[in-house]
Amino acid sequence: MPPLDLRLGIDVGGTNTDAVVLDPNDRLLARAKVPTTPDVTTGIARAIASAVEPLEVDRRRITHAMLGTTHATNAVLERRRLHRVAVLRLGAPATFAVRPLFGWPEDLRAAVSAGEAIVEGGIEFDGREIVPLAADDVSRFAASVAGRAQAVAISSVFAPVSADHELAARDLVRKELGDVHVSLSHEIGSIGLLERENATVLNAALAGVAQDVARAFRSALRACDLDPVTYFAQNDGTLMDLEYALRFPVLTIGSGPANSIRGAVHLTGMSDAIVVDVGGTSTDVGVVVRGFPRESSTGVEIGGIKTNFRMPDLVTIALGGGTIVRSGSEGVTVGPDSVGYRLSEEGLVFGGSTPTLTDAAVAAGRLELGNHAIPAGLRALLDAALARAEAALADAVDRVKTSREPRPLIAVGGGSALVPDSLPGVSDIRRPEHFDVANAIGAAIASVSGEVDRIFNLGPGGRAAAVDEAVSEARDRAVAAGASPATVEIVELEEIPLTYLINPAVRIRAKAAGPLDT
Amino acid sequence: MLLDAGNLRAMAIGCSILGAGGGGDTSVGLLASLQAVEEFGPVRVVDLDELDDDALVMPCGGIGAPLIWIEKIDRGDEIPRIIPIVERIHGKPVAALMSAEIGGSNGLSPVVWCARSGRPLVDADGMGRAFPEVPQVTMEVAGVSPNPAVMTDERGNVIIFDGIDGHWMERMERAAAVEFGGQAYSSEYQMTVAQAKTATARGTVSLAIRIGEAVLAAPRDPVASLVETLGATVLIEGKIVDVERRITGGFVRGSAAIEGLGPQAGRILRLEIQNENLIALEDGEVRASVPDIITVCDTQTATAIHTERLRYGQRVTVIAFACDPIWRTPAGLELAGPRAFGYDLDYVPVEAIWRGGTSAPA
Repeated sequence: MPPLDLRLGIDVGGTNTDAVVLDPNDRLLARAKVPTTPDVTTGIARAIASAVEPLEVDRRRITHAMLGTTHATNAVLERRRLHRVAVLRLGAPATFAVRPLFGWPEDLRAAVSAGEAIVEGGIEFDGREIVPLAADDVSRFAASVAGRAQAVAISSVFAPVSADHELAARDLVRKELGDVHVSLSHEIGSIGLLERENATVLNAALAGVAQDVARAFRSALRACDLDPVTYFAQNDGTLMDLEYALRFPVLTIGSGPANSIRGAVHLTGMSDAIVVDVGGTSTDVGVVVRGFPRESSTGVEIGGIKTNFRMPDLVTIALGGGTIVRSGSEGVTVGPDSVGYRLSEEGLVFGGSTPTLTDAAVAAGRLELGNHAIPAGLRALLDAALARAEAALADAVDRVKTSREPRPLIAVGGGSALVPDSLPGVSDIRRPEHFDVANAIGAAIASVSGEVDRIFNLGPGGRAAAVDEAVSEARDRAVAAGASPATVEIVELEEIPLTYLINPAVRIRAKAAGPLDT
Repeated sequence: MLLDAGNLRAMAIGCSILGAGGGGDTSVGLLASLQAVEEFGPVRVVDLDELDDDALVMPCGGIGAPLIWIEKIDRGDEIPRIIPIVERIHGKPVAALMSAEIGGSNGLSPVVWCARSGRPLVDADGMGRAFPEVPQVTMEVAGVSPNPAVMTDERGNVIIFDGIDGHWMERMERAAAVEFGGQAYSSEYQMTVAQAKTATARGTVSLAIRIGEAVLAAPRDPVASLVETLGATVLIEGKIVDVERRITGGFVRGSAAIEGLGPQAGRILRLEIQNENLIALEDGEVRASVPDIITVCDTQTATAIHTERLRYGQRVTVIAFACDPIWRTPAGLELAGPRAFGYDLDYVPVEAIWRGGTSAPA
């Protein structure tokens, strides 16, 4: 790995694609904001070119490039370029009451499934087998999908307690199908078979998309005469290298808000706060705890499918700089639609004819923008709309809090002028410099992490020994992924004792993270 | 009435509301029942009056930890497999199945078993809500014997219990469920239709559907529609400002505070929780108590929020409504009144506390 010099961070949002270049001291050398394109890839290439173009230093000093992209989300929503997945569940004789992919939108299932089977196997909550794994049935199923399946998703009952059956099934599948992509549920989701299985199938379906993105990213960099090491931003606010991203493409879903939160932390130096990211179309309100995004404790829905892999815990509202303001029979309405990146043509202050929340912010003196006066007759409408928007923001901020204690708030994103100077339950509102590219900065400064989440059987050393083992395993993984050994630290540690066990055991989740090794 | 893809979603909403904050999440049960009616056809719901007085009714349900059931989902034919055993013991055919507990996931599971076994589902259940223990059923209040209890797992193991009382039945069945992997399926309190007419909470399946349909039909104000359908009392509309919760021995215990919003600003309602919402207090006064049903609903969607999912900041409307009259008898209150859960207070029906409407207690 080359020594760390300049870094290029790119983040794809719903409205804009942003890029920044940072020097080794995290100073911003260049920034660019271009409209997100329907194919996403073109916008990424343009953002890179626009950021690199004005650089006064040798662009070949860019040694690292980090991308947070929406390719995976879009592929699921548009049912495009998805791999055909053989869906294998290890759980018979249990679990037949809800078969794999039951309840999926029919078109998505048709696009993804290369066949589904439930074979005998799976684990009990206490680590015993429900029944022994039916190895012959696994091999038979694998043989039956040969030639049709581009990937295989394997989910065992209680895989988070023991991965034994999933690992054995993977080896059997590989024997039949060779070097096919295999996603294993214990590496992807938590307790809750159906949601974890769904996330595992989506991950397998996205394996091809991940390869396409990696290729497009490389070629966009080469077109600008760049040859850095590439990373992908993942949804916990850390980076994954290319190899890891190809194995876990589903983890890129939700990386945008995570990047904004990390960017807000970097720009303010605050590690515990509420972060409000106002974009062109929507606003994400999240919470940063000890420097990382707080994760959701409940499942998230992607493209109409319930999943349970970890995502930033957010309240998202349809409110952004481009949100359209109207007056109707029931008074003023705010959105939910937005003019998006066409704000600079359609907004009133830019000489257009569509009243937006940006116009409302300008009218209220929050913001200086554009060169056209706002018609006096629209002033009342815009004021009412801004009041509505503020009430919705205040409500969203209160919803992400876990107590009534006042907390500081960091406002970022291109539309953050919509955040008023005071909000109930907020002690202090910070508006950092470069707030409008906080997401791309977040991608560029993100650290590398390593994680352990498994059941430890308690030996003579008891709980303390198990925790030590988990912590050092997480550290080793972070260092192996490229984190600097001197600065890597444990950012999350959770113990969940398992009851009803003959031999005491505990589930430990440990996560270590640190900046890239320089 | 038939249960099919057209009304099962509504029924799931209703089962959640009737769960009083407990009974387990209905989402797996909904998927399982939708799959069952797709594969085996719709399920007929019958009133007890439509059946012969000496016909046999078989209550059934799952027993174990909800957390395990969302991971080790059932096979679907567990209860259908034990129907012949129950028939052999009683020497007559099972005319219909009945949900032991309409509140939460156990309200929906019998739909799967009816679809597979071709039996109708009785429009009644053993609680009219959710309670944590096997003997906390209306049949126990009415003096129906829990014996024999028949329990099975997904593999096909069967145990037949003969307990000296409902309390021992609970202890034995829980222990066996752990051995089966933390989750099992069972039938207790089988009875004749004549017995069931006075020993069950009647009309609760159709009530669950009515509740769900009322919520779905009024997307602009589902809570108002729900309150009207149930004749419920709104205890408070506000936001959760405090949740204190601990899990001991597999049971959720704790309390939650809800602060009034809008015209109700300044009020604070406190809920005492043991798996279900048991007591609602304001200014030291009881505003509603078990066995009446206290449910915390999302103010916007009317979705019932389970006790383990309560969180600071949620906008909620807390409603309370009357339990089945069986629970208000001395025997019913002894089994499931405030004192049965360790609260030293006399039960007063919610509509007596709030006589004259939903604005202030009488």
